Amino acid sequence: MWVGDARIFFLPQLMECGYLSETKHVNRHISKRHTWECCVLNGKRESMFKKILIANRGEIACRIIKTARQMGIKTVAVYSDADRASLHKSLADESACIGPGPSAESYLNMDNIVHAIKATGADAVHPGYGFLSENADFARRVEGEGVTFIGPSADAISAMGDKIESKLLANKAKINTVPGHEDAIYNPDHAVQIGKAVGYPILLKASAGGGGKGIRIAWNDKECREGLERAINEARSSFGDDRVFIEKFIEQPRHIEVQIIADKYGNTIHLHERECSIQRRHQKILEEAPSSFLNESTRKAMGEEAVSLAKAVGYYSAGTVEFVVDSSKNFYFLEMNTRLQVEHSVTEYITGLDLVEMMIRIAAGEQLGVQQKDVKFQGWAVEARIYAEDPLRNFLPSIGRIENYIPPRECSTVRVDTGVYEGDQISVYYDPMIAKLITYGEDRINAISRMRKALDAFFIRGVRHNIQFLASLVSHPRFISGDITTNFINDEYPEGFIASNLSLESASLQVVVAAAIHRTYQDLESQISSQKKFRNYHVSNDWIVVLRSTKYPVVVRPESGGFGVVIEGKKHVLKTVWKPGEVLLHGSIDGIEVCFQIEREGIAYRITHGGAQDDVMVLTKRTAELYLLMPVKKLPDSTNFLMSPMPGLLLSIDINVGQQVKTGEPLAVIEAMKMENVLRAERDAVVAHIKVQVGDSLMVDQVIMEFE
Amino acid sequence: MQEIIEELEKKRQRARLGGGRKRIDKQHAKGKLTARERIEVLLDQDSFEEWDMFVEHRCTDFDMGKETIPGDGVVTGYGAINGRLVFIFSQDFTVFGGSLSASHAEKICKIMDQAMKVGAPVIGLNDSGGARIQEGVDSLAGYAEVFQRNVMASGVIPQISLIMGPCAGGAVYSPAITDFIFMVENTSYMFVTGPDVVKTVTHENVTHEDLGGALTHTTRSGVADKAFANDVEALLSLRQFVDFLPANNTENPPIRPTNDPWDRADNSLDSIVPDNTNKPYDMRELLKKVVDEGEFFELQPDYAGNILTGFSRIEGRTVGFVANQPMVLAGCLDINSAIKAARFVRFCDCFNIPVITFVDVPGFLPGTSQEHGGIITHGAKLLYAYAECTVPKITVITRKAYGGAYDVMSSKHLRGDVNFAWPSAEIAVMGPKGAVEIIFRGDLDDQEKISERITNYRERFANPFVVGHRGFIDDVIMPHTTRMRLAKSLRMLQGKNIINPWRKHGNIPL
Repeated sequence: MWVGDARIFFLPQLMECGYLSETKHVNRHISKRHTWECCVLNGKRESMFKKILIANRGEIACRIIKTARQMGIKTVAVYSDADRASLHKSLADESACIGPGPSAESYLNMDNIVHAIKATGADAVHPGYGFLSENADFARRVEGEGVTFIGPSADAISAMGDKIESKLLANKAKINTVPGHEDAIYNPDHAVQIGKAVGYPILLKASAGGGGKGIRIAWNDKECREGLERAINEARSSFGDDRVFIEKFIEQPRHIEVQIIADKYGNTIHLHERECSIQRRHQKILEEAPSSFLNESTRKAMGEEAVSLAKAVGYYSAGTVEFVVDSSKNFYFLEMNTRLQVEHSVTEYITGLDLVEMMIRIAAGEQLGVQQKDVKFQGWAVEARIYAEDPLRNFLPSIGRIENYIPPRECSTVRVDTGVYEGDQISVYYDPMIAKLITYGEDRINAISRMRKALDAFFIRGVRHNIQFLASLVSHPRFISGDITTNFINDEYPEGFIASNLSLESASLQVVVAAAIHRTYQDLESQISSQKKFRNYHVSNDWIVVLRSTKYPVVVRPESGGFGVVIEGKKHVLKTVWKPGEVLLHGSIDGIEVCFQIEREGIAYRITHGGAQDDVMVLTKRTAELYLLMPVKKLPDSTNFLMSPMPGLLLSIDINVGQQVKTGEPLAVIEAMKMENVLRAERDAVVAHIKVQVGDSLMVDQVIMEFE
Repeated sequence: MQEIIEELEKKRQRARLGGGRKRIDKQHAKGKLTARERIEVLLDQDSFEEWDMFVEHRCTDFDMGKETIPGDGVVTGYGAINGRLVFIFSQDFTVFGGSLSASHAEKICKIMDQAMKVGAPVIGLNDSGGARIQEGVDSLAGYAEVFQRNVMASGVIPQISLIMGPCAGGAVYSPAITDFIFMVENTSYMFVTGPDVVKTVTHENVTHEDLGGALTHTTRSGVADKAFANDVEALLSLRQFVDFLPANNTENPPIRPTNDPWDRADNSLDSIVPDNTNKPYDMRELLKKVVDEGEFFELQPDYAGNILTGFSRIEGRTVGFVANQPMVLAGCLDINSAIKAARFVRFCDCFNIPVITFVDVPGFLPGTSQEHGGIITHGAKLLYAYAECTVPKITVITRKAYGGAYDVMSSKHLRGDVNFAWPSAEIAVMGPKGAVEIIFRGDLDDQEKISERITNYRERFANPFVVGHRGFIDDVIMPHTTRMRLAKSLRMLQGKNIINPWRKHGNIPL
């Protein structure tokens, strides 16, 4: 039997996050709301694992360690040379080095991992996601060593893990799939032929791909030809498997997936859906559960199809059946992921279940006692993936040292699954995801609004990150309305991410904060020693806040527990205990909880909030008048250059000196973080000089070529 | 009486208008403020006391007698920055192009003399076309009078120059003697001879900006300490800067209250030094993480980047920081960095500002350009500056401290008061490879042996213990405790009092 009804897990009061409270959660990785009671059954506790080796790294390794620890199971972390000082290694009870930095030599190196299993005496292996998690040979090999693989059977992995095979299987099980060609394609002519038959647009997908890697879209014959070659190359370099297949690309699609869980005794249930439509280049970045799009009948139908597919392959453990849903709520099977998903945490929030614990117990042979009718969900959960990437440079990966890392405080409604710490390195070898931020609310609007606040309080410096972009996404009216598709980012950010325009409301919040900060600094400076009292020195209350070239006259007075700030006759009350030097200002404005990021940059204050970052100045009235006379600085003209947007290796230069190039034409290819990034002409131009050579290691902003 | 008062008011009106509305508009059109507007931005509201508003020039040649403007092209007086006394002169480009006449120079000299009497900083806002040619040698004499006072005031009161327009010919030598030169981007330039003369003499075509603009002097020549985007930013930044400085050489720097805990630990510092000794890291991060409120006023940020210099506070008290920057040229010492740091250390020593040195130095930069450029003389400047310095000196070796550069960088042997090393410190006569190749010259053909010897050498010497045994460092500290250890050491050193032997002055290798 399940220990109690799943519903009991909702009971812990949904306490609001107390930004002002000093409570520090020792448990940094999984919040307290999940008193994830043990979810499974049938006794036989003596057979529970003693020691689990986690064949992974980053946040998911930390996440698994957390649950294992709660279950009283020892953990072993494996790490590469590049991860010697990593968080997951330090959290585990034991650790073992499995080779050099490149994944192929460490996290994908089965020999070394198996050696680590033997050396540490682990009796089970959790593969996490990515790396070897969907590698049937690995599962087989682990089991061959007499060690339990915490995941599905090797047969199920090979059946479902291969996207071509799984599609055939789904067709056999009478599950609706997207039209396409199921065999690997190598010949561009053949690809074009299929493209024409299926009808453009089409997707070119690496068979072994996943997580957005190895997928290209083609809108016409030319792109189909070009894309095939790149897709094959990328598939080979990323996955060591160059098979690429084609399927119809569904327009206005939503990505909705069903979490299933099954034991080794044929009990298979689903834990409802997650919507992952907010994707950038097929990489999920915002996920939520449930989906705002589904009605009960579609939800039920999708769940049932997912379960019957799982049953068809004798699936056990956790798995995810991905569907693409069109605007008429027709859904097509995409693929099945035979592993724990990155976004499993949103399902955990709304169901109150711990999926990792369930996987472990199922692997240990326990029986799933819960029945489908017992699985209820309550509330809403949203997950945002925090990546080390630069939204202002077309989302290119950013590597290096995390100089500052302050995640929001965890509480019943905010969870941070993190894989890094302040002072950690983002290495060139691995996926640049730093952390997952998950918020919960009684409904979607609440969950989203908590996400906004939590993003405001997430402070990362040293590496570039996408927090501002995420903040912009979750504030977007279309996202808030739920009218989303997988094209959302292309539709709404066609030029890429440009720091969003401030709404009037948030502008006034910034003004309030800037005024209060400045008043605090003035107080400090007025107390400097060795003054000659030329007059009764008092800090003025009247200031002009200059924000984006707009002047806001303010009157700012210290009040108990904060400041009163009058802007255009309207008084705002800022309650805060912020002190100079602190990078986060927690508090409330007119009773609404806020968090602002504050950095002093010369005479300006750099304020980050709600996806916008601004250098704000606070001046005396007279200085503000004079400031108006200052010339507006012109940015240096860089349009005549193609500069490297990231550090990386120059793979190819596709044009010659003197050549006329058209907008959008590929100019050069840079490899960074194992991704081939095509740099394209931003306008029609003639190439005047090429400054670098193929094979060069490029630095950020290094000039690659100059135009006439 | 009433008439005189009316006359006075008229004269004041006239003086305040400087060169007149038209010229003021022209000044504004260039993106520049007027001399008086600049003072308004720089000083505390209503604190300015103006002197010599009615001074006019006395020249009659070339019809100069026909036109006089009260003030004669420079506004002088005193006022306050955050309540602290400063003297100021602000050249008025709208009056005779800010050119320096005898009486213009006298006004400057007068406030300099007064500043010396009371012991307060002098700030010059330079915006002048140069000598007033019509006055001939009187103008030259005026410059020299100013120079002499600059020299006499050097090391007694802080002198700061902010170049906000032209500053050419002889005029450059007054700022050159002052302690700090700041510039405004695009609107200021400094050179001894202008583009026209350059063209005539050397046939070089060069713009004002390239020859002596803010960019040139903050990146290539090292003449200026920092450039700012415009007048307002420069003046407001100067307010922040003055907060770090004492009024004169007998006073301690001011204390600004702080809420930053003195014992704040920063665990991320434990991982700032990479495992690979050849990998760089940003020394600025370390600086910002140990000082109050993370505020570091960096000087010459774009010049000789292999060494960092600037001011911060610890427990509210000003500290001067010198730090090798591994991000640039691996942090080695060269001609430019030695000169940059030496001048900074000497300033701190003049004005009772403790010097904290962060060391990660692989040695001196080798090469003909350095040797032929006189690295021997210039490197010695930094050595001399540290050795002569009597203010509290604290040194933290974060990683490499090799060879002569170890000695130079505020070592114990140069009267370092407190010398710490991080566990990652490697203090040795040179890097392991170089040392082995000399000591075991005979084994050079045997790569295996050599690499084994390098490993042995590294194990034996690449640690803080060898010098620890000898007392050359006082303690090995964990990086995350650095702020606390510095704060404690500074408290302990507050009573430091040592005096160098009497002499007229030392003979620093200039």
